[in-house]
Amino acid sequence: MSRDILVIGGGIAGIQSSLDLAEMGFKVHLVERLPSIGGKMAQLDKTFPTNDCAI
Amino acid sequence: MTVSEIQGISGEEGDFEVRILKRPRYVDMEKCIACGACAEKCPTKVSNEYDAGLNKRKAIYVKYAQAVPLKYSIDSEQCIFLKKGKCRACEKLCPAGAVNFEEKAQEITINVGAVIVAPGCEAFDPATYDVYGYGKSPNIVTSLEFERILAATGPFGGHLVRPSDHKEPRKVAWIQCVGSRDIHAGSRSYCSGVCCTYAIKEAIIAKEHQKGALDTAIFYIDLRTYGKDFERYYNRAVDAKVRFIKSKIAGITTDPATQNQIIDYIDESGRRVEESFDLAVLSVGFRSSQEAITLAERLGVDLDQYGLAKTSDFQSVKTSKPGIFVCGSFQAPKDIPHSVIEASATAAEVESVLAQSRGSLVRTKEAPKEKDVSGEPPRIGVFVCCCGTNIAGFLDVPGVVEYAQTLPGVVFADKNLFSCSQDTQEKMADIIREKGLNRVVVAACTPRTHEPLFQETVLNANINKYLFEMANIRNQCSWVHSNDKDAATQKAKDLVRMAVSRVGLLEPLYDPEISMNNAAMVIGGGLSGIAASLNLADQGFPVYLVEKTDRLGGNALNIHKTWQGEDVQQKLGEMIGQAASHKNITVLTNSELKKVDGFVGNFKTTVETNGSERAIEHGIAIIATGAVESKPDQYLYGTDPNVLTGLELDSRFNDRGFSAEGIKSAVFIQCVGSRIKERPYCSKICCTQSVRNALRLKELNPDMDVFIIYRDMRTYGLREELYRQARAKGVIFIRYDFEKGLTVDKDNNNIRVSFTNYALNRRMEIRPDLLVLATGINPIRENPLATLFKVQVNDDGFFVEAHAKLRPVEFATEGIFVAGLAHCPKPIDESIEQAKAAASKASALLSKEKVTVEGVVSRVDEAYCVGCGRCEQACPFNAITLVTREGGNKVSYVQEALCKGCGSCAAVCPTGAASVFHFDDQEVLSMVKTAFE
Repeated sequence: MSRDILVIGGGIAGIQSSLDLAEMGFKVHLVERLPSIGGKMAQLDKTFPTNDCAI
Repeated sequence: MTVSEIQGISGEEGDFEVRILKRPRYVDMEKCIACGACAEKCPTKVSNEYDAGLNKRKAIYVKYAQAVPLKYSIDSEQCIFLKKGKCRACEKLCPAGAVNFEEKAQEITINVGAVIVAPGCEAFDPATYDVYGYGKSPNIVTSLEFERILAATGPFGGHLVRPSDHKEPRKVAWIQCVGSRDIHAGSRSYCSGVCCTYAIKEAIIAKEHQKGALDTAIFYIDLRTYGKDFERYYNRAVDAKVRFIKSKIAGITTDPATQNQIIDYIDESGRRVEESFDLAVLSVGFRSSQEAITLAERLGVDLDQYGLAKTSDFQSVKTSKPGIFVCGSFQAPKDIPHSVIEASATAAEVESVLAQSRGSLVRTKEAPKEKDVSGEPPRIGVFVCCCGTNIAGFLDVPGVVEYAQTLPGVVFADKNLFSCSQDTQEKMADIIREKGLNRVVVAACTPRTHEPLFQETVLNANINKYLFEMANIRNQCSWVHSNDKDAATQKAKDLVRMAVSRVGLLEPLYDPEISMNNAAMVIGGGLSGIAASLNLADQGFPVYLVEKTDRLGGNALNIHKTWQGEDVQQKLGEMIGQAASHKNITVLTNSELKKVDGFVGNFKTTVETNGSERAIEHGIAIIATGAVESKPDQYLYGTDPNVLTGLELDSRFNDRGFSAEGIKSAVFIQCVGSRIKERPYCSKICCTQSVRNALRLKELNPDMDVFIIYRDMRTYGLREELYRQARAKGVIFIRYDFEKGLTVDKDNNNIRVSFTNYALNRRMEIRPDLLVLATGINPIRENPLATLFKVQVNDDGFFVEAHAKLRPVEFATEGIFVAGLAHCPKPIDESIEQAKAAASKASALLSKEKVTVEGVVSRVDEAYCVGCGRCEQACPFNAITLVTREGGNKVSYVQEALCKGCGSCAAVCPTGAASVFHFDDQEVLSMVKTAFE
């Protein structure tokens, strides 16, 4: 049984899963197809309904 | 692992072997300092995906300034050298020698216990379907392009202009449902779930950009602002004079002379109107990408008819393959808060699957040993960050370094190209040790994002992390004074001088450690409470599940089926059975909380069960107290037996003896008690529930006339399919004019529903045999838990999470979590997800032996305290209480675990007894004094 976890996709969902698991002490491999993580959310200006900056 | 893709998987849950193809980046991540020299000289310009194609980037690039990792990479499909064998300009110019064209793709194999799939979705490409004229005029843009136009980091520097002539638009139109709720080629028949609210956001922000002098119109089919606080957001847009026009747009024509867009629509009175706009924004929906579909095939995960991962309502983050979980928009279209919750839910699932292998529940982290520097004179090191060209391009960094070297106490000062890069971090730690520094200043960006990182660097060099100070010369100098280099440099010097004066006075601080009781208390035995309890119990934590009534199940006991048609009673029964028999769960029915003492890790709660009280110690609490169906006081409810609420109809369907015989016609009225002045929120579930129940009635009696009278049909996301089915089966949907009212009365013993048909603008009457009122969800009024746990509720009466996106299941007070209807109206699948997300966050605490809390807390010097209690009143976190000391003196006592170091107590203290560690008077005043030197 392996204690490592693979997370595929470095958008907001993949990053959050990885953070939760890492916080629990699991070793996480986060794999992203593109050169950097952040996904679609990084392209947004602000976010609803609070108008916070996306980045 | 970036630029990497999954090739294949073998094995099973707990023991997968995954092959990953790591493509060459052609840039050595260890060496790249992200200075940008390569990109400056790269001759190849290509469309910049990050700015949605609105400008160009080079073949060697970073996506954006804050990209993680901030390392360049070469786009192998665009690089001239990789395609034609000539150039290598970047390689020659790179000062770090990081470019490496020899790099080859490698396949690596890793062994993992579980897999989480989160590939996301792509935006619909409106060029595939040409009625919207996309591509014919630069002034027809997608919503994603519009986001980039609005963004300060975007192609126009955040200046709202239209692409054709860079002039500020006066009128902007949004066209909703482009590529969604549409069965044409390339489109998706589902609702993408987020476009209504993001269009509202874009319209509000655009108006702010233009200081209100902008006309905005949103053309929609149904306005779907169903999320928490979204309806308020919509109302706010209405107040800001955003125009909402219910009209499906069939085409856009461009005026070649002005490059304006002419939109043809039908207005409220049924008239055909042609209106010209400077800019048209297409609110594009989501669809799964080819890459995601290929990934799912390689993993052996089943997809639905849309190419999204197939899941069920009760197990909405489990794919068809055990050990592989899914979250985000590849599961179904959804917004950011929901994606974040779902992501934590997948983590909870993984934690419970792998709990057996975790060995021990408890883990500890080794911290580097700290050097005792007390009594030493300050030996200050100053690191000034260039941030590539972000700072160095706008102010004289070497000048600031030189100046810093002259300041008292400074024994070392130098510049860093990127202070936050891994190699620089190591270099800084080496310098701190080498030069024997005992205080450090980093002049760079904002402490909000980077202070923890540099504190760790300092700690790695064995210096207490509080002997550190940041000067924010990016935001406060290079950004705001970008056109005045001298002023920016001078201000940077001032900020560095102030930081140096403060850092010399700082004292080491230690984050208090609190022991952690690893039991959980879950309050509320509905679906959410049970789901959270089961997950935590499966992870091995003891759980007390407290339920007010005599049985578990909550509202779900009345629900017939989920929207996907799963049998709620069967699934709920199984879950109740598991909870009742789980060795780690103590179920306390007929029980209520009487008193809550303590704080994270150390709660002591008094629970009353059937009249007798007991105290329970626990480390965390999850509040899942649910909500109630609102009971109407109108529309003949309670006076006519044929008038039911939605939940009552569900309950009848659960009754095996129920028959639809004799019901020739049925009417559903939507938004009864929701989206009104007294309750200005959408209850989210009622549209789907009515459509599902209308279909059920049609199934029982196909000849029945079934009407749904609505304001906006909010069958969001994949639920749109039910709406489509209902129309196909002959359910009649009528939008009524809310302003003109709706009445229900009796006429010759018949129920009579009268309203104004919005499309026809005529009064109508229906006399149904059965009238179903889609009543909303009410929070529990004056929920005692809000007072007991000292947590907040919003104006509607639902609990307020710490942050909608960053901490959607946590309260601001540590160790307390929220899930289910107590948080806001939501369906079964989302309640279970949120319960699991809360369990995931809770387990991160429960698995620790001790938790540390922030060292920046307030302190009260008892010698000066007069026990006036003003600080106790001022404290927003209830961290201060008055205690009686020997001799009867009353003094303030600060519970460090609850204190957030805000300083409110210090501000009101009349004697100066209360102050905040790390921000005492001397430390702060010395900065003020130095500022004016």
